Amino acid sequence: MTDKSHDPNQMTGAAMIVRALIDHGVQHVFGYPGGAVLPIYDEIFQQSEVEHILVRHEQGAGHAAEGYARSTGKPGVVLVTSGPGATNMVTPLTDALMDSIPLVCITGQVPTHLIGNDAFQECDTVGITRPATKHNWLVRDINDLAKVLHEAFYVATTGRPGPVLVDVPKDVQFATGTYHPPRKSDVHISYTPRVKGDATQIRKAVAMLANAKRPVIYSGGGVINSGPEASQLLRQLVEATGFPITSTLMGLGAYPASGANWLGMLGMHGTYEANMTMHDCDVMLCVGARFDDRITGRTDAFSPGSKKIHIDIDPSSINKNIRVDVPIIGDCGNVLGDLLQVFKAEAKKPDIKAWWQQIAQWRARNSLSYRKNNDIILPQYAIQRLFELTRGKDTYITTEVGQHQMWAAQFYGFEEPHRWMTSGGLGTMGYGLPAAVGVQVAHPDSLVIDIAGDASVQMTIQEMSTAVQFELPIKIFILNNQYMGMVRQWQQLLHGNRLSHSYSEALPDFVKLADAYGCVGLQATKPSDLDGAIKEMIAIKRPVLFDCRVAALENCFPMIPSGKAHNEMLLPEEATDEATAKAFSGGKALV
Amino acid sequence: MNQPASAYFLEERHDPNETHTLSVLVQNEPGVLARVIGLFSGRGYNIESLTVSETESQKHLSRITIVTTGTPMVIQQIKHQLDRMIPVYRVVDMTLTGSSIERELAMVKVRGGGDHRVEALRLADAFRARVIDATTESFVFEITGNSSKISQFIDLMRPLGLVEVSRTGVAAITRGPEGM
Repeated sequence: MTDKSHDPNQMTGAAMIVRALIDHGVQHVFGYPGGAVLPIYDEIFQQSEVEHILVRHEQGAGHAAEGYARSTGKPGVVLVTSGPGATNMVTPLTDALMDSIPLVCITGQVPTHLIGNDAFQECDTVGITRPATKHNWLVRDINDLAKVLHEAFYVATTGRPGPVLVDVPKDVQFATGTYHPPRKSDVHISYTPRVKGDATQIRKAVAMLANAKRPVIYSGGGVINSGPEASQLLRQLVEATGFPITSTLMGLGAYPASGANWLGMLGMHGTYEANMTMHDCDVMLCVGARFDDRITGRTDAFSPGSKKIHIDIDPSSINKNIRVDVPIIGDCGNVLGDLLQVFKAEAKKPDIKAWWQQIAQWRARNSLSYRKNNDIILPQYAIQRLFELTRGKDTYITTEVGQHQMWAAQFYGFEEPHRWMTSGGLGTMGYGLPAAVGVQVAHPDSLVIDIAGDASVQMTIQEMSTAVQFELPIKIFILNNQYMGMVRQWQQLLHGNRLSHSYSEALPDFVKLADAYGCVGLQATKPSDLDGAIKEMIAIKRPVLFDCRVAALENCFPMIPSGKAHNEMLLPEEATDEATAKAFSGGKALV
Repeated sequence: MNQPASAYFLEERHDPNETHTLSVLVQNEPGVLARVIGLFSGRGYNIESLTVSETESQKHLSRITIVTTGTPMVIQQIKHQLDRMIPVYRVVDMTLTGSSIERELAMVKVRGGGDHRVEALRLADAFRARVIDATTESFVFEITGNSSKISQFIDLMRPLGLVEVSRTGVAAITRGPEGM
């Protein structure tokens, strides 16, 4: 036996974990300590390269890491304990899986000899999180740990990004083994995501685009995930083709909201012009989106007359909901680059003047209009003012889930990618506040605003304490209508206005709550107060809870009623009680 | 379009179902079977038959043979969903190769006497089933073949005193010199 005591790569499992984080360039870890991760916390205590952000609930750590990842393009890292620590991570892991956010979650586990014994704080973490992660590992042997950690980072960040989890029993954290830096052989040889698109398919797509009479580009979160270059290429493609462009909720900011070809968001609460353009187009170029049910409405009436091109890195996204004519498997940025090159070399900008005239008519319907009110703050107005007063600033927006989220998507104009963090696929109430914490950690000098609802924000409001502890000046802009607004809206439209448990009685006084947390509370109740209060909020360099009292019963329009197609939208001015009842009923008995 | 009040579009799909046999080559590591089965249960796919065993112990490779039913779109989804799993090397749709051989083995226990006993033996001979256990009042037959042949044999044994059946599920391989 050779003497290994001086080998710098000999270390405990706990030390290996911290070392691997450093080797992967991790600067921040979001976590919460507990019995099964104490050795790792002991290592974190004894170094200064990785900063640990202590949250108040593990779910907060997960969403903070998501916000961090989405605003930086780097993986978010989470460290939590076994049992409840792990189960509390299930929601953010699933959220990250649905929205393709790279997360690396390290969980402690009870010692290997106790696994399966119903030990204290034991749960089957890899079993529970298997469908919530892109991949996960239980490391039973110290000799596998370095390899698994490196593979975890690789899997999380390559191909279609997603969350991964590494479960490390406490005895493995204590055991000593040999660390090695990341190397290629750490990864399963069966894992080979495809990056480059097929050249023949790209040619086919270009020919289709060049001959289009009524084209549309429909982009999604995949463009954002691919990195800033993909958004630049998308903009160049719009420029080169002159095509109209719409985007999913997840894709906002890839093309600027102020751009001439922008139609606004599409889907259930998208604009009239975006949905009509999708419905009537003859060629659809879908880039990094997945024909989600909030986008398509009824699938058998979805864009019936169009040829569809679909660029996606995940082959399982192709033909899942909607049959497409030209699938191109590959990374959005890579494929867009090739597509643009071929288009410029071989095609001319098609003449689509008549199509733009048609779109102008749809635009003229002004589907995001709302009646003005001088006495009560309308939520749409509040978002518009927030947008105007933060325009040109270095701003990041997160949201919770519900009406406020849709209004934010409709009325806040995003000019750049990575500036908009929202829970799209899973629709997780309570996402926005911790996500704002994560964004602010990554961008300490930027203005980070969580556009929230009074119901959602209470799901993770304990993270205000995190913001105060780490001096993160996040702004929580609560559109307070005292209802779970979207639930109430659906109950009004679909369930005979029986508002079953969607009214929040006994809401906290958010201003006093802010005071209790040691941050700043502000309130606006009248439209005339709003600008001043928003300016005050922006000026304060501490965390703020902003209680914006808005109209209680405002509905979010326009809207595609369930079971309807894109050309059957309900517009705000048409949404009389009678029209609404008719639009939402399969028969009168349902109203 | 008459659908109840719902936030979702409750669509009925009318495409006819097809039955496909998939061969899946996977890294033999803890949890890999749970991943594959979890995919089927989690996404509501059908498993008609499932056969798993390590086939190359040096390389830690296992071969999973799955018989599943679904619309053509669902079958395509299943293959893509399997293929994107980290420990999955390859997914081959044996049904689409057009020249695959499928076999299943069953052990069939029959109890009875007199004419039934004689008839059972005679049928077993016709199906090329072997007797692998016998007592004065029972037989255990071993039969190999495609699934429908085995099912047919079991149906014939039922009135003759069928006690129980153990089936392996389908194993499949392509004809010709090429591997998967």
